[in-house]
Amino acid sequence: MSILFAILFYAATAILVFGLAYRIRKYIKTPAPLKIPTTPAPTSRSGVAFRMIKEITIFESLFKSSKWTWLFGWLFHFGLLLVLLRHLRYFTEPVWWWVELIQPFGKYASIVMLVGLGGLLVRRIFVDRVRYISAPSDYLMLLLIIGIGATGVLMTFVTHTDIVTLKSYLLGLMVFEIRTMPTDIVLIIHLALVILLMAIFPISKLLHAPGVFFSPTRNQVDNPREQRHIAPWAVKLESK
Amino acid sequence: MAAAEFETPELREYPIIPKLQKGTMAHSKPFVAKEQFQTPLGYPGELVDNWKQVAIDKMGELTEKYRSLQVFLDSCVKCGACTDKCHYYLGTTDPKNMPVARQDLFRKVYRRYYTLAGKLVPKLVGAEDLTEEVLDDWYTYFHQCSQCRRCSVYCPYGIDTAEISMAAREVMDAVGKGQKYCNEIIGKAQTLGNNLGLPEPALIDTLEGLEEDIEDETGVQVKMPLDVKGAEVLLITPSADFFAEPHIDGLIGYAKVFHEAGISWTMSSYASEAANFGMFIGSYENMQKLALRIRKAAIDLGVKRIVFGECGHAWRVAYSFLNTLAGPFDFLDSNYPVPQHICEVTHGLIQEGKIKLDKSENDHMTLTYHDSCNVARASRMGDTAGGQFTIPRDIIKACCNNFYDMPEYSIKEGTYCCGGGGGLLTDDLIELRVKGAMPRMQALKHVTENNGVTHMAAICAICKSQFSKVFPYYDFTMDQIVSVHQLVSNAIVLTGQNDGKSDEEDSTDAEQAA
Repeated sequence: MSILFAILFYAATAILVFGLAYRIRKYIKTPAPLKIPTTPAPTSRSGVAFRMIKEITIFESLFKSSKWTWLFGWLFHFGLLLVLLRHLRYFTEPVWWWVELIQPFGKYASIVMLVGLGGLLVRRIFVDRVRYISAPSDYLMLLLIIGIGATGVLMTFVTHTDIVTLKSYLLGLMVFEIRTMPTDIVLIIHLALVILLMAIFPISKLLHAPGVFFSPTRNQVDNPREQRHIAPWAVKLESK
Repeated sequence: MAAAEFETPELREYPIIPKLQKGTMAHSKPFVAKEQFQTPLGYPGELVDNWKQVAIDKMGELTEKYRSLQVFLDSCVKCGACTDKCHYYLGTTDPKNMPVARQDLFRKVYRRYYTLAGKLVPKLVGAEDLTEEVLDDWYTYFHQCSQCRRCSVYCPYGIDTAEISMAAREVMDAVGKGQKYCNEIIGKAQTLGNNLGLPEPALIDTLEGLEEDIEDETGVQVKMPLDVKGAEVLLITPSADFFAEPHIDGLIGYAKVFHEAGISWTMSSYASEAANFGMFIGSYENMQKLALRIRKAAIDLGVKRIVFGECGHAWRVAYSFLNTLAGPFDFLDSNYPVPQHICEVTHGLIQEGKIKLDKSENDHMTLTYHDSCNVARASRMGDTAGGQFTIPRDIIKACCNNFYDMPEYSIKEGTYCCGGGGGLLTDDLIELRVKGAMPRMQALKHVTENNGVTHMAAICAICKSQFSKVFPYYDFTMDQIVSVHQLVSNAIVLTGQNDGKSDEEDSTDAEQAA
């Protein structure tokens, strides 16, 4: 079991890293030939940075459009962020001080995250417009993350795994040493689902995470009159 | 094809999100372009035999040329934030008019042929083969998007359905299934210089007539110059300004402003069109051809500035794309932005006190202002973000005493499209146009009932034509839509004008006791 999971972990990490790198490289290499920021838009790079920070921290656009989706989406994402940061304790020795600091918050954030996910799932099922646009994968993605969250919550609050052995196993993986992994079923499910999530990340809608940074309607400076903006393929068109 | 009977949507006191009803607009399709309109733009005259392959290849090509398309196709999480934002959805209740559902018509094919998951497990991820039914759906529903960008404001990733509908239209053109209205117009503008196909003599005739009208009314000789070399300003305005109501009153307004400010100006018979329908079909090449006519006219006439008249999508192409498509404009006076909007010019002159306005001339109206979608969400005026909202309003308020904004959700960046933008302003889509206007009509009704608003001002040729057409369906009258520069025209005090100016005006104009 320890060896199987080690292989899966390495494979999933490789898929995640290289898959995302490939995708991001494609976004970088594909030109944005025209200035298309959704206006009113910032007129400077620092303004764009501020707009982007607002998008990824408080989900500004989503807040404008749907308060419920915003609420559940925000609870989920920021619960997830805290949970992920808390998980750093299993990969560091000694544990960084600020990871220690957020430990209690991180524990309860897992519940907040589940509440958000639950809300999103309920919306997807019961709002006719959202149901109409949902493919099976849209439900499965939510269920997958709910599965990860629920097993995590179980281990945090109900049936603890052998965390010392687990941490030793994870630290071992980081230096390419395969040690023994605890084998309780909840942990196995938790880790298997995480591995699955990592593997499908670069080929699924989870690409919204890098995508938001490359969205021309949000990341372009509104200065087309001041600065000529032209794509390489358009230059070729001109010389014809 | 006879126009089908349809019901005008009911206007409610407060907006609601309607329940979806499948297929209510499945029958709505514009006329397909015949060979004569396709060939000049470089597209096949009819559906090519291997259209599926051509379409799939074109789709791939476009994802490599446009980062927007690539990122938008990948990033949607189906959160549903956009689902109640499109005026066509609100007016028709057809679920395929929800922005994300419209995008998915294209995205499902992209997924099938260009993503691993779509190739392996299409059913699971909502991927679908390109079939005749899908192409048919594309033709139907990508001609129910006015590329107004309202959805892009509300999308957490800024996904703009306009980009997808432009790409879809480009793919359809490439396989020989273009739209008659747009492609015929682009052909005319590329050969004759304007969308209406008005030849130079007709333009001269019209402009002379207008000069006479202004002189009769005011006693002042205000010129409408055409092809005057060495003028300071080249005015590029939508050709609807030459003949349609209320557009023409706006044109008279621009002329009076230039006259009173002492700015020499001219229009061009070679580039007598501001609107650039190349954008509607997503064609960089065709859009560029039209833009280059403006550059050539500016060079040939030796002007120092380029100013655009009131037109929405045209201002997007002018403000956001002209420098890219036809720049650099280093031969023009660098003290002025290139191009400038007529509202920026007028606003500047008002602030400098170079033109005088008598607000009471517009006392017979209580006004509101319709932010045109592409001015609001795809361009700017002035130096600061949001100038496109304040500058036109400042002008209106300087020209009249009675102004009220419509409800906040329906103006500025949240403005509703008039229902006729993006290449849909054609009679074969009248049902769509009437239904798509519903959200704007509802907001207008609100201020007519609560604030006594009698007229709505706009700065877009399409908006003006669309509203004059659809107003009667909602119990408004055609003349309740006015040009912003029509208000300027009414209010401006020309040096040496007749004292008895108002005596010669229409009897409908309420008058101040002098």
